[in-house]
Amino acid sequence: MAARRLELMLCTGTGCVAGGSYRIKRALEEEIARHGLQEEISLVPTGCNGFCGQGPLLVVMPERIFYGWLKTEDIPFLVEEHFLKGRPVKKLMFTPPERREPIPLLSDIPFFKKQMLIVLRNKGIIDPEKIDDYIARDGYTALEKVLTSMTPEEVIEEIIRSGLRGRGGAGFPTGIKWKVCRNEPKTPKYVICNCDEGDPGAYMDRSVFESDPHSVIEGQTIAAYAIGASHGYIYVRTEYPLAIKRMQKAIEQAREYGLLGENILGTGFSFDLEIREGSGAFVCGEETSLIHSIEGKSPEPRQRPPFPAQVGIWGCPTVINNVETLATVPVIINRGAEWFSKIGTETSKGTKIFSLVGKINNTGLIEVPMGITLREIIYEIGGGIPGNRKFKAVQTGGPSGGCIPASLIDLPIDYESLTQAGSMMGSGGMIVMDEDTCMVDVAKFFIQFTNDESCGKCTVCRDGSAALLEVLTRITDGEGREGDIEFLEELAWAIKDASMCGLGTTLPNPVLTTIRYFRDEYEAHIRERRCPAKVCKNLIAYWIDPQLCQACLICKRECPAEAIYGEKHTVHVIDQSRCTKCGTCLDVCPPRFGAVKKLSGEPIPPVERGMRVERKKKTATPTQEQLSA
Amino acid sequence: MARLTLDELRRKRAEAQKSIYLREGEFRGKIIVHMGTCGIAAGARAIVSAFLEELEKSGVKDIMITTSGCAGLCSKEPMATVEMLNSPPVRYVELTPEKAREIFQAHIIGGTAVAEYALGIGSERGG
Repeated sequence: MAARRLELMLCTGTGCVAGGSYRIKRALEEEIARHGLQEEISLVPTGCNGFCGQGPLLVVMPERIFYGWLKTEDIPFLVEEHFLKGRPVKKLMFTPPERREPIPLLSDIPFFKKQMLIVLRNKGIIDPEKIDDYIARDGYTALEKVLTSMTPEEVIEEIIRSGLRGRGGAGFPTGIKWKVCRNEPKTPKYVICNCDEGDPGAYMDRSVFESDPHSVIEGQTIAAYAIGASHGYIYVRTEYPLAIKRMQKAIEQAREYGLLGENILGTGFSFDLEIREGSGAFVCGEETSLIHSIEGKSPEPRQRPPFPAQVGIWGCPTVINNVETLATVPVIINRGAEWFSKIGTETSKGTKIFSLVGKINNTGLIEVPMGITLREIIYEIGGGIPGNRKFKAVQTGGPSGGCIPASLIDLPIDYESLTQAGSMMGSGGMIVMDEDTCMVDVAKFFIQFTNDESCGKCTVCRDGSAALLEVLTRITDGEGREGDIEFLEELAWAIKDASMCGLGTTLPNPVLTTIRYFRDEYEAHIRERRCPAKVCKNLIAYWIDPQLCQACLICKRECPAEAIYGEKHTVHVIDQSRCTKCGTCLDVCPPRFGAVKKLSGEPIPPVERGMRVERKKKTATPTQEQLSA
Repeated sequence: MARLTLDELRRKRAEAQKSIYLREGEFRGKIIVHMGTCGIAAGARAIVSAFLEELEKSGVKDIMITTSGCAGLCSKEPMATVEMLNSPPVRYVELTPEKAREIFQAHIIGGTAVAEYALGIGSERGG
């Protein structure tokens, strides 16, 4: 390829594609051709960049200028101004909410600054559909090294010494798992990549498949060499079509190059891979259910031991590793266990990807060293909570993780401290909640999810989650009883103790942590019939403050239940018996009046019908001093 | 494509690295071609092409070729500024593709600025 002066790295991860990045791509191609720049500029579709909240986004190399929220109509201007005339376009750059001036360079944006990329080392730098791009970034050098200069035992030893632990959630040491499997006399052996990512709001694994599929293939081939497997499966949920497409393409390219199949690189080692699609049952993320699913059986877990590393798929020894775990392996081989083990904390080494979602300014996918604090993640990388609201809690580890309260904001993120706090690493979902979140309602939401997803095999999980849900629903409906909290706690521990698989043993975590850290909210619901966050519909009321109402008629017009009485010059009143608590009146009341209030746990002050409004005095034009203050 | 041997994979890697060097981020210097309307009208596009061709021929990987707006001296276009690490920028004026090639060889490869085509050394002070 001839020399270029610019490369446009256009994000084509699922998020940006949904936001229209393929339309942006066509517009860019057209405009670049119109200016005759196609010889000087290349357009590279990449996997997920991570700053998903800014998508569709584009990074211009070599300067690394970051453009976000692109629209097709911006493209002609952008191409002419920046790519032709060399004047970067400020209005398309990222501007944090607290600043006026944009930050042009990716490397200066706080979201990217604190990150450390090991798994996502190639994100936004390579075209995931081109094996040559991966190879150029030292791809498959680890495989070369392993096949030509290391014995399987040496590979296992290296991974054990690195301290790498499973990134799927449980955190089992990867090297030990490999060793157990290698030592099993039975053959053949198998290695499975677990990409059954089912947590609401989590998309780490999908993103790795979409941005760098070869890193997983390379890691999995190394794992196969270490344990002595010649066949592997990639288990991915069918609702990840883009991830499947890119992985399929990557497997085909690797086969073509002789990096998969018989006699890899002429070294005599043979290994091949196939994709198996799961239909999206949450329980399939559990190892034994996953095996059953690939075998074509009902995806129910079975008792362990024996562990899959001893008796796995088709009754043969099987290693199951998470996507992130496998993608980390080539880097450990290349840079050494010692280098890797210096990153992170005493017991948790390396980096972890989190999907940062919820009430946070910078939504996206981040990779950070273990041991980083929640504060750094939420305030520095995440840019804080929108609308000056207060940070309340963060749910880590998906639906079966726990809620960590604001008081633990300096908690370092590693396997042990998360477990101690009542949550878990899980797959790495991080849902941020602000003061407008009701913790009882949150617990109910997650129990609803796990109750739906329970496979039904264990009674405690199946019926226990239903009973939890029933009580939580009663409390949020305002019909909680004395003793409910104690009942929830007792039942939660019983489910934890008596369930067979990870789904059951962790599903009570949201209930237990919200009771542990937010017991007062439960008590307020039960004893005072009050929802402190003013979320639970049965416990709140909307009320128009007669002192503030300016009788503008907007809420009356917009109310879908026609529950508001009022006319010009007359204070509006909500008829509580007709009100459906949809919140429309609060949303539409002009902020300068702010007359609509949410009440909870207090009597609704009576308002006389037909009261004349008290007009607010118009404020004088502000003086120059006031403006500049 | 036949299955690769170890040596073939290594050759392929060396080849592939050439095409992604712009993304790697370490640069020793940059050539900025001024592409305001004045520059484009005076032929700046041909200057960019000339630099790019030289860059490709030389195999140099740590030089960035970029563009910027009008430099304010429209009568001397096309112009280009060469900024090498740790030395003051040199602004070249009234360029032709031939001069560009000469500058590339002497300044980028040879390390000596071509005084004959230079307007001056150093840049204006920001105010």
